Amino acid sequence: MNQKANISAGTAADRAFALKHALEEKGVVPEGYVENFTQVMENDFDPANGARVVARAWVDPDYRELLLRDGTAACDQFGYTGVQGEYIVALENTPTLQNVIVCTLCSCTAWPVLGLPPDWYKSFEYRARVVRESRSVLREMGLDLPESVAIRVWDTTAETRYMVLPVRPEGTEGWSEEELAALVTKDVLIGIARPEVPAASDSTKEVS
Amino acid sequence: MDGIHDLGGLQGFGPVAHVANSLSYKPVFHEDWEHLGYSLLFLGAGELGLFNVDELRHAIERMEPRHYLSSGYYDRIVIGVASLFVEKGLLSQEHLAQLAGGSYPLALPMGPGREANPPRRPFQVGDEVVVRDERVSGHIRMPGYVRGKRGVVLHRTRHSWPFPDAVGHGRDSPLEPTYHVQFTTQELWGDAADAGTVVVDLFGGYLLLA
Repeated sequence: MNQKANISAGTAADRAFALKHALEEKGVVPEGYVENFTQVMENDFDPANGARVVARAWVDPDYRELLLRDGTAACDQFGYTGVQGEYIVALENTPTLQNVIVCTLCSCTAWPVLGLPPDWYKSFEYRARVVRESRSVLREMGLDLPESVAIRVWDTTAETRYMVLPVRPEGTEGWSEEELAALVTKDVLIGIARPEVPAASDSTKEVS
Repeated sequence: MDGIHDLGGLQGFGPVAHVANSLSYKPVFHEDWEHLGYSLLFLGAGELGLFNVDELRHAIERMEPRHYLSSGYYDRIVIGVASLFVEKGLLSQEHLAQLAGGSYPLALPMGPGREANPPRRPFQVGDEVVVRDERVSGHIRMPGYVRGKRGVVLHRTRHSWPFPDAVGHGRDSPLEPTYHVQFTTQELWGDAADAGTVVVDLFGGYLLLA
């Protein structure tokens, strides 16, 4: 630990550790509390959870219907509810509609289903621009949608936490849920990407 | 609060520093202190019951604008949480500064907030609504870009929550549903926007039947 060395520099790390130390001095930090919650944030909150929900909805029409009617109940079947995921609404993409999620005021995200939000989602650039220039922002990030696809941006301003239910790509007939879930990335769940079936000879996907 | 945090629709920002699917989501935290903001937030909000998440949002909004803009995301969380622990009387700013070995700037003081004012009758899906043209100095979960704008209700939540403008200031509040209200970008920004729609999740107290 080089905390001592950092202290004179007055860094964000110094302030964070100072807050923790001050609370420990008061005796209000239960043994293992910070470590346990950090484990939950790092491991339990995971976009692979949302991917499993999407894959199930793609293969099971009843589950899909439940997910679109009561996203919280559908996610709860997997145990993917809790902090920042108490009222979940799934947004159904169609061939002519792309849903995109943002939190312009801070960073609200469905943690248990999507994982903690990535840096770019919390950036001033994304927060300021995606509501007003959705098509341009998506294009810059690599999703160039034809004009025939409408874009609907959802600003997470209260307690609803969203996830995007993408269109199942062609060429995935007969795939297992596990294979399907592998197509659903964190960015697909946020709505800035669409699931893509890698071509058999395509080795560039892993590299990027 | 018409603060710098209310970024939706602000112009002049450059590209988002991300190419879709280019990053692994791990590691979740890039530095060894970054987990502390959220974990100490939930210590204070859950374990100790000293404050709530709305108050944390408002504490971050109350950071001096240059301080807000020049601080990283997790730094802002730490500053907001530290501000609340100081305001609630558990810690002192001087002691935090001493432990940090430097200055420890916190959020600026807050105002009183306001009472909930839910609509007399809940709105229905399909209702045309107008966002109340009002200015609120304290916490509010209405981004400025929808103020006075007309939209359509797509969804009324089945759950209910306290009014942010009250609980964000530590006041009590009855519970109420929220409404997913859809606006066209034409309605919000005229021609100076990409064509599309934006859905904002709004408390009934922010809305009037059109």
